[in-house]
Amino acid sequence: MSASSQFLDAARQKAGDLRHRAVIQKAIGAYDAKVAEGKARFTDWQNARAIAAGRKWDAINHLDRYLEQFERTVIANGGQVHWAEDSAQARQIVLDLARQRGVRKVVKSKSMVTEEIHLNDALEGAGIHTVETDLGEYICQIRGEPPYHIVTPVMHLTKGDIAQTFHDKLGTPLTDSAEELTMIARARLRQEFVTADMGITGANFLVADTGMIAITENEGNARLSFSLPRIHVAITGLEKIIPRFEDLALLWPLLSTSGTGQSLTVYNSLVSGPRPGGEFHVILLDNGRTRLLADAEQRDALHCIRCGACLNVCPVYKNIGGHSYGTTYQGPIGSVITPHLRGTQEWSHLSYASSLCGACTDVCPVKIDLHHHLLHNRRNAVRQQFDNPLQRLAFRLWLWTMQSPGRYRLAGKFAALAGHLGFKPPRHFPMPTGATFRQWWAREQTHGGPASPGGPSVPARPGPSTSARGDARTTGHGGES
Amino acid sequence: MRLALFIPCFVDQLYPRVGIAMVTVLRRLKLDVEFPAAQTCCGQPAFNTGYWDEARPLAQRFAEIFAGYDAVVSPSGSCTAMVRKFYPDLGVTPPPTFEFAEFLVKQLGVTDVGAKFPAKVTYHDSCHALRELRLKSEPRQLLAQVRGLELVEMDQAETCCGFGGTFAVKFPQISYAMDEVKCHSIAKTKADYVVSADSSCLMQIGGYLQQHNPGVKTISLAEILAAT
Repeated sequence: MSASSQFLDAARQKAGDLRHRAVIQKAIGAYDAKVAEGKARFTDWQNARAIAAGRKWDAINHLDRYLEQFERTVIANGGQVHWAEDSAQARQIVLDLARQRGVRKVVKSKSMVTEEIHLNDALEGAGIHTVETDLGEYICQIRGEPPYHIVTPVMHLTKGDIAQTFHDKLGTPLTDSAEELTMIARARLRQEFVTADMGITGANFLVADTGMIAITENEGNARLSFSLPRIHVAITGLEKIIPRFEDLALLWPLLSTSGTGQSLTVYNSLVSGPRPGGEFHVILLDNGRTRLLADAEQRDALHCIRCGACLNVCPVYKNIGGHSYGTTYQGPIGSVITPHLRGTQEWSHLSYASSLCGACTDVCPVKIDLHHHLLHNRRNAVRQQFDNPLQRLAFRLWLWTMQSPGRYRLAGKFAALAGHLGFKPPRHFPMPTGATFRQWWAREQTHGGPASPGGPSVPARPGPSTSARGDARTTGHGGES
Repeated sequence: MRLALFIPCFVDQLYPRVGIAMVTVLRRLKLDVEFPAAQTCCGQPAFNTGYWDEARPLAQRFAEIFAGYDAVVSPSGSCTAMVRKFYPDLGVTPPPTFEFAEFLVKQLGVTDVGAKFPAKVTYHDSCHALRELRLKSEPRQLLAQVRGLELVEMDQAETCCGFGGTFAVKFPQISYAMDEVKCHSIAKTKADYVVSADSSCLMQIGGYLQQHNPGVKTISLAEILAAT
């Protein structure tokens, strides 16, 4: 089945799943309240966004310079930098490092890039035991599910669902205590940290001038992942670069405020080299990002700091959920970048699955023009002739109709006739049945002065005195379906 | 001032009373309005579906038809946004086009149009009026001056109703779910009417309300302002 059909099936099913809707509304309702508090702590949130967007603009538009600077500074700090063009290369680099060093167990902290390159399957396939240590990702791993959300991997699960998962997969007793559930995971994960040979993390920011990677987290598992094992491998998209250390002063609080509403996340770590006697590797992944870079119109999509705010505000995401997308990156940002990363032909349907409401663009902390990029993707799909030929024909016919007032009026009459004959268009779309505005105008011009012979009238005001006739006309918006 | 009416095709065909209401208000303000009869569609359906080459001739046509007017006023945030925000993407310079509430408040400086509408209403921010044209306070300023009208804000006034033009046709289930969420938010206000600057949103919302909550009616902002 094509990605498009899979999406349609999944989206259709989730859109009608009222339990799912209630769980997500509750989770995002709590998020919304915290984010509102978080934004209020900024003197000028809009200005903060503008400055952050400027920093990322500088970084992305001078990506070559800053990446090479980052490589030099990391090496000077005693680390190693690897460049991966695609998923296969990135996986191979990790597998080679692991094999050469006899690694048998890997602990991982949360990283969407490792999801993107399907690293866990590759490691397990090579006989390397791999353990997710972020609580949400750990739950995903034992359920055999991909993350539901780039920041909140198990947003779709209730405490009860998680207790049931632990009970089914780990044999632990059912509990409704979040503390107990956390302790169940912690007890198992602590053992893994101390016996792992390699820790794999992502990176939220790559600091060019100091050669550091910045990792943002709330559980402390990332710190354990990169500090307990002897070898630390950070895998990251090359767009995570920022020019200067001082940029973190803005980007850290911006990320946490947009991501969770926190002033700062609980742990913010900077790694500037290997621990004594250890190794520090950074893998910089392209995997289609430089294709996006080449597109001047949509280059700002590389500003993304993966805060998840556009998912949380998206009415489509909230109704169809993260798994329906079938992509690593869900929601508006995923719909924008996936056609670039994985192909327009197979993934442009996501750009159409939006009402173009623009809520995503308004919340984006780095001012990515998300909903307009969905329009650009649609145009690109049509230009590359990935559109439905029948649809193309329909729009050409439509254009021909609309280029002449006579043809336009005729089309309206045909539609009105169909309406009179009881033709039912999809959903609530009414058929025209009465006089049009232009008919009213023409008559009114002929007769002179306000008139509405046989046509629609200006509504009477509501209330007990309103006539039935006036009321029917006033409220007809929903009445024609 | 030479003032032209831009009556979007679906208002012309489906909701002519919205256009008539706008004319009523403008005349009450002693403005002369013209209706260039050659106008058809602004091109938005094609543009939003990715058919920019099919939308461009309509944008050029629109610019020619409305050339020479000091202002073009339209009872739709969505179609106004198409003209003003997106025609430049097609390489077409838009005529000075304004959404009705925007025109009254920002161009004329008028908030009281002498309307009377004794009812409890809630306002739905249409996405294009809100986020493309940045109209948030303008419709509310107008509603605040309507005699007898009580405005109650819903908790999700800014959330999309799920219409989105061809989106509603291509993804009816998602569109319906969004409509349902919106209408639950509307129903909680116990308002008699839900009001908006865009009839397309009201068509979507009205479709749901009619089936599930017929006590709440839909009405355009222009119709409220025309009521006396």
